[in-house]
Amino acid sequence: MVATEKNRDTYKVIGTRPVRPDGTDKVTGRAAYAADTQMTNLLHAQVLRSPHAHAIIKSIDASKALALPGVKAVITAADLPDTDSDSTQKLLDNVIASNKALYHGHAVAAVAAIDVHIAEDALDLIQVEYEILTPVTDVREAMLSDAPILHPDLRTSLQATNVDTATDIETNIALHLRQERGDVEGAFENSDVIIEREFETSWFHQGYIEPHSATAFWSHDGQITIWNSSQGPFVQRDSIARLLNLTAQDITVIPQEIGGGFGGKISVYLEPIAAVLSKVTAQPVRLTMTREAVFQATGPTSATYNRIKLGAMHDGTIVAAQAYLAFAAGAFPGSPINPGVSCAFGPYYFENQLIDGFDVVTNSPKSAAYRAPGAPASEYAVESTINELAERLEMDPMELRIKNATSEGKPNSAGAPFPRIGAKEVMDAVKNHPHYNSELQGDDVGRGVALGFWHNAGLESGSSATINSDGSVSLSVGSVDIGGTRASLAMQLAETLALTYEQIKPHVADTDSVPFTHVTGGSRTTFAGGWVAYELGIELREKMRQRAADIWDVDIEEVEYTDDAIVKVNSDEEKTFTFSDLAKKMATTGGQISATVSINKTSQGPAYAGHIVDIEVDKDTGKVTILRYTAIQDVGTAIHPSYVEGQIHGGVAQGLGMALTEEYYYDDDGHLVNSSFLDYRMPTALDLPMIDTELVEVPNPGHPYGVRGVGEVPIVPPMPAIQQAITDATGLHIYQMPVSPRVLLEELLESKNLSSNGHGTGEGRL
Amino acid sequence: MQSLTYRRATSIGEAVSLLQNGGDTARVLAGGTDLIVQARERKRDVSLLVDVKHIPELIGISYSSDIGLVIGAATPLYQVYGNKDIKEYYPSIVEASSVIGGTAIQGRASLGGNLCNSSPAGDSLTAMMAINAIAHIAGPQGERDIPVEDFFTGPGRNVLEAGEFVVNIHIAPHQSGTGEAWQRFIPRNEMDIAVVNCGTYLALENGSVTNARVALGAVAATPIMVPAISEILIGQALNDEIIDMAADAASEAATPIEDMRGSVKQRKHLAGVLTKRTLAIAAERAQS
Repeated sequence: MVATEKNRDTYKVIGTRPVRPDGTDKVTGRAAYAADTQMTNLLHAQVLRSPHAHAIIKSIDASKALALPGVKAVITAADLPDTDSDSTQKLLDNVIASNKALYHGHAVAAVAAIDVHIAEDALDLIQVEYEILTPVTDVREAMLSDAPILHPDLRTSLQATNVDTATDIETNIALHLRQERGDVEGAFENSDVIIEREFETSWFHQGYIEPHSATAFWSHDGQITIWNSSQGPFVQRDSIARLLNLTAQDITVIPQEIGGGFGGKISVYLEPIAAVLSKVTAQPVRLTMTREAVFQATGPTSATYNRIKLGAMHDGTIVAAQAYLAFAAGAFPGSPINPGVSCAFGPYYFENQLIDGFDVVTNSPKSAAYRAPGAPASEYAVESTINELAERLEMDPMELRIKNATSEGKPNSAGAPFPRIGAKEVMDAVKNHPHYNSELQGDDVGRGVALGFWHNAGLESGSSATINSDGSVSLSVGSVDIGGTRASLAMQLAETLALTYEQIKPHVADTDSVPFTHVTGGSRTTFAGGWVAYELGIELREKMRQRAADIWDVDIEEVEYTDDAIVKVNSDEEKTFTFSDLAKKMATTGGQISATVSINKTSQGPAYAGHIVDIEVDKDTGKVTILRYTAIQDVGTAIHPSYVEGQIHGGVAQGLGMALTEEYYYDDDGHLVNSSFLDYRMPTALDLPMIDTELVEVPNPGHPYGVRGVGEVPIVPPMPAIQQAITDATGLHIYQMPVSPRVLLEELLESKNLSSNGHGTGEGRL
Repeated sequence: MQSLTYRRATSIGEAVSLLQNGGDTARVLAGGTDLIVQARERKRDVSLLVDVKHIPELIGISYSSDIGLVIGAATPLYQVYGNKDIKEYYPSIVEASSVIGGTAIQGRASLGGNLCNSSPAGDSLTAMMAINAIAHIAGPQGERDIPVEDFFTGPGRNVLEAGEFVVNIHIAPHQSGTGEAWQRFIPRNEMDIAVVNCGTYLALENGSVTNARVALGAVAATPIMVPAISEILIGQALNDEIIDMAADAASEAATPIEDMRGSVKQRKHLAGVLTKRTLAIAAERAQS
């Protein structure tokens, strides 16, 4: 049975909007988050963080802190295990700096005490001697040959041919990668129109409401248990094992209810510290970050510099496309430059294209995954350039996109043919949408449109399901539920078993209880976890048929499992069980029926989104008000449409934050000075419009229910859509994100000066 | 947070003596919406909190046409902007006090607290300055009055001496032919610190300005009055040209710093924009 072949109208559970299983606990405050973890003899830890962005740690003297009554332990990098692996050492160095502090807020020591206030007092007593070095926080400055060097041993690794990047000198460029197709130079020469633009984006933090928190207990038998806020307990277990020079068997990670992650709760920050403090004290240790620490030392996504060049014919065919993408990795290599490169031209097929990508270390927190990592920055640059090309060609921007759209069979960035995708369907839906075709009303208003592409991920997932004697089914999943996956996975199991949603009881398990499951991220959970749920359902159906066959003493081939979950023999009316009746008999007929399934799927369906936005600009203040927002997306099959819409709302909200108000603000010494929700300025409910969604459903042929990941791609289009709307409203082309009121006001004032001096309006800048 | 002592004062005298004996690290606790955060983040050294919310003189609002408006310094903001006399006669106090923090904060935060926190960007400060509010202070040497416009001496600093605290804020009775307005600019629509804020007061007679007071916040080390605007406007009829001159004077008077909340250029420009906008509203209110 492949469910996509079924008429989707026959789905009974998929496509409905049942109540979420975690709702009551969250609304009543009963849900247990990592920082709620309590146990006997619990110690409280705090981390001392570097006040400097770049400094050699010459010495650390913790004697005064250790002498403070109530303090149980102080650790530094010297208390973490040694390693021969350079990459492991870099991860350890990010957990606690060993010889150099590489960003403002970099952990240098940690204290465990009987209460959190004493631990705080102790931090003030730890004496650290620093030799301050010049920091570099800007990606382009970090690439200069005379830039301050973060890692003297770092050399550029090349995933490119025919480039002149040196690989034998001290540098901050960790990686140069290149993707090439066709003959770009020749194609530019033959283009009717060439346009080249430069773009910058700031650091953007995921901004999850719940700060990182971990409690660790290192038992005398060597077993470590971690209760934490995690997007990937299995991945974190393995990572903690690597950092502590242990194996997975030594560690159990028990994920707690999570208050947002958006990619930022995959990296390990606190767990090794809490574990080592627990080992030293032989007591459980809890460590929760302050919000300031969250901004200073976790997340964010890379700040970027991107240059895009497009060559087109008068009819709108884009014949050549070139991108230069430089991503700031933060203190250690590992920016999302790879997906940035592979997504840059994602919605389109260009015969000739060349992309160079650079991963560059800077004196900033080590960048972490953030919702469609790398795609918002590179696609913002490409989409904005396409909008400007449409202006130049005097073409409708959607017409131009449709002319260059990719489709099934065309190669993706890795050269493999795309499966059935909804790129064209999304573009058509945008072009035909009443919003796109409506007339803009008022003064100083503007409209923008942009597309988004994201690969989505597959990877490993595992779950167990057990049929209970009351006819319910317990579903234990390895995926932490961030965006509604308990519901979406239970729904797919219910659909497969022809049961109701209410009969399935989903539960997030720990790392000892279900097979390895990769992170809740990459928009993969409803896809891959759904595959598992489907296979579990098929296996349970088979086992129920076999059990009935055994009871009736007939061949299993004679037993049918109907679309109403009736197990019966067609030729004999006496031989009929409802699902519940058969469940009741399990104990006396061979025992409970259960199944465990694990998979590793690569048939994830790429996702496309198209957004339309109308804004109004207050030209006296530079403030943008969003008047109307429409988000259209190919979601494959919307398992739980409310959750799908919620994912789109969330992606748009974060994208609008990047476009209009959010940014990391560094002073000249590399200090991050706006590390609070007050000054980081994420949008609040009052800053966001109603976000209308239109779900396009092009089922993923690589999934039994046609699921495509939906969570990430909606964060991609807001930046370029806003950029174009601002151009439409003001005539100004602004090539940096965010376009905060400060930026827009200063550009408006500048253009006013220029026009009063007879220098034009600032348009047509190359 | 450091460990500290909490004392609840029930009279002005008791609070004065507690503060006097408490030394440098004794602090007045009203709503605590600034102080508790500062203490928790160890940005302020606090060893003693003297809670003044239970001193009768510090809570409550009264208005009469002969004395004017008296607001107890620790009266929570929701009572301030919800008060019918304030709503009728002092719209700029409503405009400023209703945007400080969110609803929960407004249940605790007070004008006295905003005053004593003495942030250059404090929202109610420019509203109070423009309408010439007077802070009534108690201390070891007795009680004294000081105009809010003379209260601030630097960022987070003010004229209060050891053992002194603000008892109430007094504003003269409303006069017909006068109008006031307050606005701020923030990048978002709530939960932000002002990039610039501006309080304006106008008195008109036969279409001509007889008194004008404009105060600007977040453009200098303290909130400032802009006397140049008074000079420009008094004796003149309001028109576009004269309002533009006032706006230019505001931009001129602004000497802001560049920080994460705003640039020099932006703040100077916004000082003019808000002056213009509040003057228009104040003028309309004066004439209605």
